[in-house]
Amino acid sequence: MNSIIGSNKSRSVVERTAQIIFIVCAFFAVLAVLSITVYMFLNGTPALTQVGITEILFGTVWKPTATDPSYGILYVILTSIVGTTLAILLGVPVGVLTAIFLAETAPAPLAKIVKPAVELLAGIPSVIYGLLGILLLCPLMYKLEQKIFAGSQTHQFTGGANLISAVLVLAIMILPTVISISESALRSVPASLKAASLAMGASKIQTIFKVILPAARSGIVTAIVLGVGRAIGEAMAISLVSGSSVNAPLPFNSVRFLTTAIVAEMGYAADLHRQVLFTIGLVLFVFIMIINLSLTRILKGGVKE
Amino acid sequence: MRKKMISLFAAGILAAGTLAGCGSTANTGAQTSSAPAASEAGSTAADAADSQAASTADSSEAAGSEAADQYADLSGSITMSGSTSMEKLANALAESFMAKYPGVTVTAEFTGSSAGIESVLAGSVDIGNSSRNLKEDEKSAGAVENIVAIDGIAVVTDPANTVTDLTTDQLISIYKGETKNWSELGGADQAIVVVGREAGSGTRGAFEEILGIEDQAAYANELDSTGAVMAKVASTPGAIGYVSLDVVDDTVLTEKLDGVEATEENIKNGSYTLSRPFVMATKGEISEQKPEVQALFDYLSSDEGKELIKSVGLITVD
Repeated sequence: MNSIIGSNKSRSVVERTAQIIFIVCAFFAVLAVLSITVYMFLNGTPALTQVGITEILFGTVWKPTATDPSYGILYVILTSIVGTTLAILLGVPVGVLTAIFLAETAPAPLAKIVKPAVELLAGIPSVIYGLLGILLLCPLMYKLEQKIFAGSQTHQFTGGANLISAVLVLAIMILPTVISISESALRSVPASLKAASLAMGASKIQTIFKVILPAARSGIVTAIVLGVGRAIGEAMAISLVSGSSVNAPLPFNSVRFLTTAIVAEMGYAADLHRQVLFTIGLVLFVFIMIINLSLTRILKGGVKE
Repeated sequence: MRKKMISLFAAGILAAGTLAGCGSTANTGAQTSSAPAASEAGSTAADAADSQAASTADSSEAAGSEAADQYADLSGSITMSGSTSMEKLANALAESFMAKYPGVTVTAEFTGSSAGIESVLAGSVDIGNSSRNLKEDEKSAGAVENIVAIDGIAVVTDPANTVTDLTTDQLISIYKGETKNWSELGGADQAIVVVGREAGSGTRGAFEEILGIEDQAAYANELDSTGAVMAKVASTPGAIGYVSLDVVDDTVLTEKLDGVEATEENIKNGSYTLSRPFVMATKGEISEQKPEVQALFDYLSSDEGKELIKSVGLITVD
């Protein structure tokens, strides 16, 4: 109480102290981002010059501990790109349609079931997704693999740990992000637009797809970009279901993502091998920076509109 | 209303926890359901554990009293270098040995087996760690092969597999990706899922080195822990993997190699080949070494040292 109705002097001291505390707190985030950026570049670049940029980024053979080591991570980069793209292609339509259902067409009792379920999905730790993937998805995938490649002499059987399993797990993991952001974008479309469309004689479905969705476009793009960010940065769940061998990103191949490449080998890596892992981290970091920058640009564009 | 319910629930959980805590230490006598009493009970339990520990320490000291007397106020330093596979053993040894003899510092470097033996022959370190037997020319140059432990690797498959015996050549061919189906080995028509460890793993290094397939193995799964390999192999029909011998259990089928079962006895008598010795080479016999080094080897062959060797997943020699 004193501090609020006290003298002018003590008041200004409190004000100033609070101001300083706020600044210090805010500075922590900036400091963290700066130090991470500096650290990643300092640790990620030596290997690039030592091994050669093209050899790392465009080499396809990953044999870091061989007597004649080879550090090509092209397949790893491609796996991350292909895996994330496929997960987005699967997850975004489902997510956006769920958001439309929640925002526009759901009867109240059904929405009361779906919405908490989506929120719970967001809170489930990623390792749980991975465990379920191992227990449920991989055996199914293995059966499918055995059917498709029955009698094949060249295919290397992976026991269900492959790109498809990883993509399915990622697609489910990005659902909550896509749904909740798309839903709030749909809800923020002015009611007058919807009313006008319906008044003009458009059906409910026509209104949704021709009026509301285009109006909520920038919000939905944001949802997609955040989904990409989540998918490309995920490590734990997919390290359990992707098989983790370095191979070209074909559906039934055991594959390794940028994230899992670091997780899998950091424990025992030494010297140049370790530095190359930092380079992989740098590649991932650059990817995520690009995604975030494009997100900021989209958001700014949305404001201008 | 809702908040009240939640806090009631939380209080209920806390109370249950306190009671459970009391239950486990109830035999110490102090038993009322208030928190201070619980902590008191806890501390008596801790005291009891302490005194028990003290008494076991006493007895072990009594057992090894000769050694303790001989090296009572040992001081100095021991340097070792060599095999990266022996890192776990060397570090555990250094730590517990220095705890027992505070006057001695043990430093270990991991440069590779051959480099380790070179260093000990050159006299720059006291002990050269090697995860292979010494070669004849190394022995003739004065290095003495002191085998301190054995690293054994078991080949495991899913429990339903009908193939129970593999030859070394078959194993090599499976891991090189040349044999792709169990039917080629007399089993069911089932694809082989080749499971292994990540690059840099000591088990992978040893496995590939013993079979002579360094950098040639074609893995369908590269998992980053022993537990993950066990889980994958146990749950995947047709899977084959390798793990340290000490973690094998009945969720998987352990393959015989060339007709020999993977057991400690067979490794010790040399008939099971998927194993390698951990050698701590010295220049000249142990008895010619400085007292610190002699103490280290005595420690390794004591019961305490054997426990240490087992604790890092290795087999003792005797």
